[in-house]
Amino acid sequence: MDPQLIAQLVVIGFTFFMLLNSAAILVYMERKVAAFVQQRYGPYLVGPKGLLQPLADIIKLLMKEELRPKAADRFLFYLAPIVSATAAFAAFSVVPFGAPTTFFGLLKEPVRLAPADVNVGLLVIFAITSMGVYGIVLAGWSSNSKYSLLGSLRASAQMISYEVSYALSFAAVIMLAGSLSLSDIVNQQAGYWHLFGAIPIPKWYIFIQPIGFFIFLTAGVAETNRAPFDFPEAEQELVAGYHTEYSSMSFAMFFLAEYVNMVTVSAVATDLFLGGWHGPFPLPDGFGWIWFLAKVFALLFFYIWMRWTLPRYRYDQLMEFGWKWLLPGAVLNLIVTAYLALKLGGL
Amino acid sequence: MLPEPTLNSYLMLSAILFAIGTAGVFLRRNIITILLSIEVMLNAVNLAFVAVDRFRGLVDGQIVVFFVITVAAAEAAVGLAIVIALFRHKELLTPDAFTSLKW
Amino acid sequence: MDAILFWVLAAGAVTASVLVIGQRNPMYSVLLLIVSFMALAGLYVQLGSPFVAVIQIIIYAGAIVVLFLFVVMLLNVPTEEMPTGRQARLLGGAGPRRFGAVLSVLLAFELFWALRELKAQALPSSDVMATSVKTIGLRLFREYSFAFEATSVLILVAMVGAVILARKEPQ
Repeated sequence: MDPQLIAQLVVIGFTFFMLLNSAAILVYMERKVAAFVQQRYGPYLVGPKGLLQPLADIIKLLMKEELRPKAADRFLFYLAPIVSATAAFAAFSVVPFGAPTTFFGLLKEPVRLAPADVNVGLLVIFAITSMGVYGIVLAGWSSNSKYSLLGSLRASAQMISYEVSYALSFAAVIMLAGSLSLSDIVNQQAGYWHLFGAIPIPKWYIFIQPIGFFIFLTAGVAETNRAPFDFPEAEQELVAGYHTEYSSMSFAMFFLAEYVNMVTVSAVATDLFLGGWHGPFPLPDGFGWIWFLAKVFALLFFYIWMRWTLPRYRYDQLMEFGWKWLLPGAVLNLIVTAYLALKLGGL
Repeated sequence: MLPEPTLNSYLMLSAILFAIGTAGVFLRRNIITILLSIEVMLNAVNLAFVAVDRFRGLVDGQIVVFFVITVAAAEAAVGLAIVIALFRHKELLTPDAFTSLKW
Repeated sequence: MDAILFWVLAAGAVTASVLVIGQRNPMYSVLLLIVSFMALAGLYVQLGSPFVAVIQIIIYAGAIVVLFLFVVMLLNVPTEEMPTGRQARLLGGAGPRRFGAVLSVLLAFELFWALRELKAQALPSSDVMATSVKTIGLRLFREYSFAFEATSVLILVAMVGAVILARKEPQ
């Protein structure tokens, strides 16, 4: 068989496998970071330093009884977590995590390090993310409980509200890069500027779009229903959230979807603003993905840190923030970027 | 071996979808399903535009599709707002219930 | 490969659309509409318009259908009862149902006849490049700029109208 094809299939399988692993790693990371923020130890019994804790969690979840409320719509009840998880994984399929590599000369031609590279890649991510809303909506509806329904409606209203600011913030990046393909955008960020002729600063978009980066991350956090925007989820502590009726694997699927969404938002933010696999100092060829991993992990740590530090927004505060502050901010960012890009020419 | 799709096949598909949408508008007695059938019809038209575009090597069809989608969004929003207002009035969603203007 | 993809997607689109108008539960109708949109998006990609396909998913399947879904869920739209008695048979009893069914079938036949007059033309060879977004953008903002601005005013009007229409009467 064509070694190119095999290499591409290996990359696809590897990406999927690593996404699953990343969810497990995130479970551990979340609990450990939360513990250290709260000045306690976190899991340390299972395995060395508690590293096998996610495995224990997964085994527990798999062995729980699968419950379903009698009046729930059976097909939709099981479809909802599937839709959530599928959308989460599919969104990562156009995110490149390294430069096209020949695996140190094993292959004749470089194979790209992404399952797919479409020339409208960024829009594909956005489209699939907006399909993820359906998982939440269907979960709330099919649980056949008024509280689940209202919780899911709030969560999905929040997601679609923040989608607009999300799109506007990456529209500014698209304007600067001139392409919708993520690998093109990353390649535009190679190289250095020389501040005062001596200090090299990598040409990442975060330095020319700081507000855009902030808006993107905020909207991303709201999209993934994470703190401080997780009111619909935290409703569980108060009344009910959209996934109260779920147990065992279906529940695990929702959390898998949430963690993979976090990874996707971090990965896209890395590719768009932080230069992807181009680091502050260049690594030998073929190792760019190490930089990518490091940046994604930094963003994920930031996510978890935010959750356990900031208080939660109330729902109306959340919606007001999204529509009255973030959206005008994103529009202004876009206008200013457009004006400056036109004025200053080839940036 | 299946026949290769020609422009005709795409236009036929568009015609079938349009007819299905029309049948939905005529046969259903639920306003929301009627609105859904209208969306099916609009999609059929979009498909025709894009297919002819490919055949002619133009780009204008895609721009028209862009506008059709936008107008469909506006129409769906206003249509659903009207449905909500009607429902609040009468608790029913059959078009037969709102015939008070009939003479 | 092209042919199989076309027939699969076409069959999917037609089946989903028939089920959309045939389902009694409006929730299922809405979800089947999403399936139909996805099939059509696949067809657009096959026709070399990935941008239109993605726009279709973002706006149609990702926003308009969510709006439908919200209304269906909030109003708790009841499952339509099947008509009983004489009205039940599609072709039985004079009335709008029979007339409507006949009209739709007539429409279908007329469209098929019109298409048959058009000689079947093969599409140009399949290595037509996908339309770049840049081409669409330039066209949109040069020749169609007035329509673009008009559409944005239209959306604004629709937004204001929808909010006013759906508002509860202030006491």
